[in-house]
Amino acid sequence: MFEDFFNVVKKRWGDGEEEYKPPMFKCPRCQGTSPLSKYEELHRVCPKCSYHGRLSSQERIAITVDKDSFKEFNGNLRGADPLDFPDYKEKQAELRGSTGLNEAVITGTASIKGSPVVIGIMDSRFMMGSMGSVVGEKITRAFEYATEHKLPVIMFTASGGARMQEGIVSLMQMAKTSGAVKLHSEAGGLYIAVMTDPTTGGVTASFASLGDIIIAEPKVLIGFAGRRVIEGTIKQRLPEDFQLAEFMYDKGFVDMIVERRKLRSVLSHLLKLHGFYPKEA
Amino acid sequence: MDEKKTAWERLQLIHTKGRPTIKDYIPQIFTDWYEMHGDRLFGDDRAIIGGLARLDGEPVTIIAEVKGRDINENKVCNFAMPHPEGYRKALRIARQAEKFHRPIICFIDTPGAFCGVAAEERGQGEAIAKNIAEFMTLRTPIISIVLGEGGSGGALALGVCDELAMLENAEYSVLSPRGFASILWKDASREQEASELMKITAEDMVRLGVAEAIIEEPLGGAHNDLDKISENIHEYLSQKIPEKCKKDIDVLLKERYTKFRKIGAFTE
Repeated sequence: MFEDFFNVVKKRWGDGEEEYKPPMFKCPRCQGTSPLSKYEELHRVCPKCSYHGRLSSQERIAITVDKDSFKEFNGNLRGADPLDFPDYKEKQAELRGSTGLNEAVITGTASIKGSPVVIGIMDSRFMMGSMGSVVGEKITRAFEYATEHKLPVIMFTASGGARMQEGIVSLMQMAKTSGAVKLHSEAGGLYIAVMTDPTTGGVTASFASLGDIIIAEPKVLIGFAGRRVIEGTIKQRLPEDFQLAEFMYDKGFVDMIVERRKLRSVLSHLLKLHGFYPKEA
Repeated sequence: MDEKKTAWERLQLIHTKGRPTIKDYIPQIFTDWYEMHGDRLFGDDRAIIGGLARLDGEPVTIIAEVKGRDINENKVCNFAMPHPEGYRKALRIARQAEKFHRPIICFIDTPGAFCGVAAEERGQGEAIAKNIAEFMTLRTPIISIVLGEGGSGGALALGVCDELAMLENAEYSVLSPRGFASILWKDASREQEASELMKITAEDMVRLGVAEAIIEEPLGGAHNDLDKISENIHEYLSQKIPEKCKKDIDVLLKERYTKFRKIGAFTE
């Protein structure tokens, strides 16, 4: 009986402690901890080092484009299984359920402070934003639409690279998307790539690196080869800042690093500088 | 043609010592070979060679990934793993081909683009992306042939073309089976299993619409008869290059775009 009483007290104490402890965010860059509420309030920016964390595509739309202006393209496009790869179909179905997304990118038209754009946003929650057939097809169609309608394109990239489960078919999406970017460019189209966390592998080696203007968010990972792969090759630890946005900026592969809170306004200015003004009411 | 060989057996075969490399093929297939060097930006990457030659008497541009035939050659060519300056050299030489109306023949033979600090610093991703995009609209015919390994973006950087041929035992893949196993299962030792699941053989490439032709190898593999395999490659090129050169360039470019545009599996 005493034992039970003791357990109840212990449990209450234990619960109480947890209740009073606010949920914390631990930053993958500076390792510092901050209250999660503060991190969320800043739209997922580390209050200590300004690492720009990952947003869902819906969150990105909410802070980037004019309210209710987003109209999605090809929302029903879903992945197949070109290699009959074990468990791949099940994995896709499971992720569709848990994320509410059909695939790792959403595309569509929208306006930013009145300027019309074609926009694409990759979502790292769906198989690390990897590019398989659906991602390749949606991005290609988005660029083709933009070429046809003489619209600028803004792509928010976030990807672990090619979708392994689609093998060579994934690799070919790099050619497909880059080809569509090239035709858009030859037709005089403006393409702004916004690299968010993480932009790597086959996405870095295709459409992400082909922007007329390349913007990166602070402290995000940008690179071609994975850090562990390189460490394995050179047999030594890489410096902490290797492959961060600031590193790529110093090396000349990023035009500007823009904080999330200023991004909408920077994009709006860049669009207007290229002649994309709000349509007259 | 021996269709019964598994992907794994073919992988062993293309890693056989003595398998011919581009350096063996050039004197067999072409005449008047002049190698050109450097990307005019940083340096000269020996993992990719490029230059001029004649095929059946007509000038062509050759761009090729180079495997070493021994350890000394491999040190020079970095085991056929290019740095960004290699891809930029390829693009420079390809643009010259366009300017002087020469068809381009790319030979792919690489485990992949080099993964290292310097390669990242000089923009490996950007260099590959640029080649892929630019090759898509180069106004001259491009034929690519995978000689052995076609590894990842490092292969695709020379793989945007009007027609892709695979040597019978060559492979083309999104990543080496070893890398694939280590990424997907965190266990590089399952590479054999990966090689079979990944669909990387010449027949797979034709079936998936990635390649248009398979060049037959001598019995037991290319290393068994250099003259014969060179003859087969030569024969393929002698047929394809004039065929592509005759086409209206705008039609050719449209077909090149469509070749890649239609690859993908999805439901709507």
